[in-house]
Amino acid sequence: MTSASAPATEHEHADHAHQFDDAIQQHEAATLGMWTFLATEVLFFGALLTAYTIYRHYYFDAFRYASHEYLRWYLGAINTGVLLCSSLTVALAVHAAQHHDHAPGQSAAPPRIGQPKHLVPLLLVTMLLGLVFLCIKGTEYYIDYRENVVPGPSFFHPEHVPPGIDASHIRLFMTFYFILTGIHATHMIVGLGLFSWLTWNAHRGTFARTRSNAVEICGLYWHFVDLVWIFLFPLLYLIR
Amino acid sequence: MTSIPYNPAFDERSHTYLNIDYGVRSWLLTTDHKRIAILYMLGITFFFFIGGAAAVLIRIELMTPAGDLLSDDTYNKMFTLHGVMMVFFFLIPSIPAVLGNFLIPLMLGARDLAFPRLNLMSWYLYMIGGAIALTALILGGVDTGWTFYTPYSSVYSNGYVVMTIVGIFLAGFSSILTGLNFIVTTHKMRAPGLYWTRLPLFIWSMYATSVMQVLGTPVVAITLTLVAIERLFHVGIFNPAWGGDPILFQHLFWFYSHPAVYIMVLPSMAVVSEIVACFSHQRVYGYIFVAFSSLAIALISFLVWGHHMFVSGQSTYASMIFSILSFMVAIPSAVKVFNWTATLYRGSVDLKTPMLYVLGFIGLFTLGGLTGLFLASIAVDVHVTDTYFIVAHFHYIMVGGAVSAYLGGIHFWWPKMTGKMYPEWWGRFAAFVLFIGFNLTFFPQFILGYLGMPRRYHAYAEEFQVLNVMSTAGASILAVGYLLPFCYLIWSLKYGKTAPANPFGAAGLEWQTTSPPPTLNFESTPIVEDEAYAYDKIEVPYD
Repeated sequence: MTSASAPATEHEHADHAHQFDDAIQQHEAATLGMWTFLATEVLFFGALLTAYTIYRHYYFDAFRYASHEYLRWYLGAINTGVLLCSSLTVALAVHAAQHHDHAPGQSAAPPRIGQPKHLVPLLLVTMLLGLVFLCIKGTEYYIDYRENVVPGPSFFHPEHVPPGIDASHIRLFMTFYFILTGIHATHMIVGLGLFSWLTWNAHRGTFARTRSNAVEICGLYWHFVDLVWIFLFPLLYLIR
Repeated sequence: MTSIPYNPAFDERSHTYLNIDYGVRSWLLTTDHKRIAILYMLGITFFFFIGGAAAVLIRIELMTPAGDLLSDDTYNKMFTLHGVMMVFFFLIPSIPAVLGNFLIPLMLGARDLAFPRLNLMSWYLYMIGGAIALTALILGGVDTGWTFYTPYSSVYSNGYVVMTIVGIFLAGFSSILTGLNFIVTTHKMRAPGLYWTRLPLFIWSMYATSVMQVLGTPVVAITLTLVAIERLFHVGIFNPAWGGDPILFQHLFWFYSHPAVYIMVLPSMAVVSEIVACFSHQRVYGYIFVAFSSLAIALISFLVWGHHMFVSGQSTYASMIFSILSFMVAIPSAVKVFNWTATLYRGSVDLKTPMLYVLGFIGLFTLGGLTGLFLASIAVDVHVTDTYFIVAHFHYIMVGGAVSAYLGGIHFWWPKMTGKMYPEWWGRFAAFVLFIGFNLTFFPQFILGYLGMPRRYHAYAEEFQVLNVMSTAGASILAVGYLLPFCYLIWSLKYGKTAPANPFGAAGLEWQTTSPPPTLNFESTPIVEDEAYAYDKIEVPYD
């Protein structure tokens, strides 16, 4: 509490923003902020998954048929592997950033100027894996487009549908498939934007000077997006 | 470095957050929570009067049984405009974004919210969302009602549904980010000594509101997105003709929109607790019960959405459970009402303007809440579903409750926000006009609804005319009740008396700094040593 009564003007040139008392408070606030945001995201995807689950229950046969017929489980599996690897590189990047930064409590030591070892390469590998994921996802979308199973004007081809299954229910499955994976991919793209920003700052050594926990915060987001995929992959591709 | 090299406020007591810079950029790019609150107040007032204008047209149309002023189609668009503007762009942001933004850092003894730039972004999202929705409603309007029930909204309606939804989506994210900011600020930025049990009840209620905003809003955002997708790509998500389930839409919509009612009312309760304590000059009775009743409301309100759907065809057993839970949510609300009235007991009650609004709130909210219990009973609800009884009920909560409290709060903290006193006589007069006008407008609607007049029609049977004329007359008085504060508060900015730091002798950290506060709120971070509402340590002010 020593800094609590310090006048505001002393906070200029400090290692934290003016509204905070010290870097520890800022780190805690930023972390809690991201966790709260992720709670929002859970409800965002939760509503969609609820709707998907209900329709899966209503139209079990059609959904099973569509999942089996139109989705390629091996592409989804490769993508799962790619994302899990990216989660590993993110975890290593967070470790690299923290290891360099000193624990916030030990801020008596002057911050070293320079890059944490390995941070930039790890961030770049993460982004590369994210791009690989999006490329594979794009390939899947392209195949769907060629097979006319993208919901929309060119969708219908009822002659291929086995008896007892309504084409409109297959379309419903494909709609949810595109919405769920599309929103997930949008999150991936946002994540790539964040990581580009991180890489640029890590390259300039900003984190080393400010002892920011931005890598950790963005890492939380990336892990969450991976986790969403861990739910989507079995729900869409695997369960029969 | 360049922004605040040295803060002269503490030497001269002359530099405040308002006069430190007059440039347009200093407002539009500000990250000061107090300036953002003022920006919100301007936006909210604008949208309130847009929504109010639609209400005026609705009430004028309903003066005569024949649908003679507006066509049925225009009438539908008017009540949609009224609902969308009032719910999404006035009521939901009103108290949190204006008073919450202004007061939460002050009450916590902090220099700003945890994420000031995010706060500014929330305002821009809100304004852009509002502009988009308003454009849609002006270009051709939407006739779905603010509830956007499918499949009408997603397939058949000819209005600008998707555009309106985009506007609401953006405003929703503004709401989420504001809630997130408040949650983190409350957790991490309390002054030394300000334990959770010493927090003002305002903070407790705003915290509960923020939790609901963060957890509820994403659901309505994605639901309305699904409506837009169904409309744009003609895929069956909610349209039964294409395999969709329209009831699912109602479930998802009310999962947010019932808590949204409490997003509107809990902040009002936040304001009421502060004002009741100040003008009774007493600690709020049963502090801990009032604090936890806010959290109880936040929790239970997520479990009662089905009471909007008793006639939708959901299972009877589900309806029974939702009915019981709806009765339960009345308990914490009643705890608050009883504790406020118990606070009045043996207090030295001072009937200043904010207190008049708040006493109005307690009465009207109680009436609205008790009729809510009628509606939680399945049989009564089936009888009055889609009648004016419902309209009257929720206007007692949202207008009689939320708007009264908002105006009470604006008056109470006006000296703190602007450094000027509002004119007391006019204030009391306006509070009185509002109370009379409100009751004359909406009490007849209870009777109309019970007699069977359905809502959302521009023509009605002749025997309902007397009550409708009463209601329209009341609405015109109510309009005066809104225009009066609008005029004299603006007047007071130039001609009002200069406000002292603590004009009402109120407890709370926000009254310990100057009126208006300096940019960083306090000279130094205050250290809290008292419980909340330590009124036994404050002299009763005489003026």
